[in-house]
Amino acid sequence: MYSEKVLDHFNNPRNIGKIENPDGVGEVGNPVCGDMMTITVKVKDDRIDDIKFETFGCGAAIAVSSMVTEMAKGKTLDEAMQITNESVAEALEGLPKNKLHCSNLGADALHKAIMDYYSRKEGKPRLQEEKLEHLGRPDEHCYCPYCDLDVPDEAPYCSNCGKPTIIHDHPH
Amino acid sequence: MKYTIYLDNVAATPLHPEVKNVMIDYLNSEFSFGNPVSQHHVGDYAAEALEKARAEVARLINAHPQEVLFTSGGTESINHAVKGVAFARRDRGKHIVTSNVEHNAVLGTLRMLRARGYQLTSLPVDHHGMVDPGDVKKAIRDDTILVSIMHANSEIGTIEPIRDITKITRERNIPFHCDAVASTGVIPVDVEDLGIDLLSFSANQYGGPSGVGGLYVRPKTQIIPLLHGGSQESNRRGGTHNMVGIVGMGKAAELAREEMPERIEHLHTLKQALLNGLQSMEEILINGHPTESLPHLVSASVKYVEGESITLMLDQEGVCISTRSACASGSLRASHVLLSIGLDHATAQGTLIFTVGMATTPHDITRSIEVLEKTVAFLRNMSPLYRRKAAN
Repeated sequence: MYSEKVLDHFNNPRNIGKIENPDGVGEVGNPVCGDMMTITVKVKDDRIDDIKFETFGCGAAIAVSSMVTEMAKGKTLDEAMQITNESVAEALEGLPKNKLHCSNLGADALHKAIMDYYSRKEGKPRLQEEKLEHLGRPDEHCYCPYCDLDVPDEAPYCSNCGKPTIIHDHPH
Repeated sequence: MKYTIYLDNVAATPLHPEVKNVMIDYLNSEFSFGNPVSQHHVGDYAAEALEKARAEVARLINAHPQEVLFTSGGTESINHAVKGVAFARRDRGKHIVTSNVEHNAVLGTLRMLRARGYQLTSLPVDHHGMVDPGDVKKAIRDDTILVSIMHANSEIGTIEPIRDITKITRERNIPFHCDAVASTGVIPVDVEDLGIDLLSFSANQYGGPSGVGGLYVRPKTQIIPLLHGGSQESNRRGGTHNMVGIVGMGKAAELAREEMPERIEHLHTLKQALLNGLQSMEEILINGHPTESLPHLVSASVKYVEGESITLMLDQEGVCISTRSACASGSLRASHVLLSIGLDHATAQGTLIFTVGMATTPHDITRSIEVLEKTVAFLRNMSPLYRRKAAN
């Protein structure tokens, strides 16, 4: 199901860990959804000098974390901001369709870390680390997990982004 | 190729060798293609094989042969039972009682009915996953037309108190459907003893082939067919019979009945070895009831790690298990069963289902635990949840 590239990054992840006294921290996802990624960066001369990740998630999520840190290391901050979820998935030689949402976390976490670095540089107060257990959606609506909009009951696809995976969750 | 250690028997069991032989013999027979409803000797050959299989299946659950329908599997049986009764009895009412831990085949069907005007009461379970028969009594209304509660849960193994529940439904004259897919052929399931009116079950849980199952219907139960338009199964389930599958199912039923006590012992010994191995690991929760539980199923929550990453790593070492993490199940939500027993989302996402089988050996268990230990250490090392907890 997974490409050899994905399995390589899953079995031999690069850049695991957490940087001490990081210059930027980016955290996305949460355990409720089953995917959570924290990226820490060290910045020198406007380049990503060092970068590490911690991930709670599926095989795809771990591979994505490893790949995105590998792609970002040594790049300028501008170059790193150009890394997208699609380019990470491409570098991994593709992900199964139902795993694409896992790939969304990688570039997002990287960008968040860089934005956090900028905020700190400008002397803005440090962004609070997002609470681990966020409240999650009330289990009452059918919703699209990609753009997080409510959709009508039993709709086969999301009318906003067109993706077909709809969560139909009703109280029992 | 890595040696396969198959611990996902609840998905499907390997064919029992004698079942395989009987199916191959049938395929090799001159009239294997015969349609049982045909009016000639080719059809007769099939008809005889059909009724022989039916008798064995009925014997497995202590029913009369004419009370057993062959279906394409557990999901069809469940759909037939729930929709069939709901539509047949809709003049009497539209209220159905079920539980929060039913299989998606039941819940999906009930959701469809709810969208069409039926009303549902879904009962909560305790932290073991048990339904309280008292709750069933309280939930029943004058317009209740069906109660559907599973026998054994295929995610956590808990066996529900069916006898106590049917005492209540019989008193109120309400048909009781039981999803017994995970239990029939594994542990004793007696429709008389348990007081069941409709029983859904599947051959691939006890050494039979996938794609064939059965529905027991107590005489006088009001029900309409799911598959209309055929005279098969005494006009109750249309469609030409899957003869090879049915022949296999019959043999599997015969062997399951004869060998059940030894099988349960074998499975339980392996389950216990697995539990011992898991309990020696750190921060692993075992779910389900400690005693009222399937003899071959272990549900284990591995804290701080997600389920699919574990199954992927184990699979690379040849070990096959299952998880219902959002990523693995494709639903993007944690399992409703695990949430119903009170697990938080993160713990639910790291829950594994092991189901041992007749081909499993003690060495398989030892090796699986070995691989699991390495896997969990590797994944916890990169988990922000584990790092955070370790820091505190």
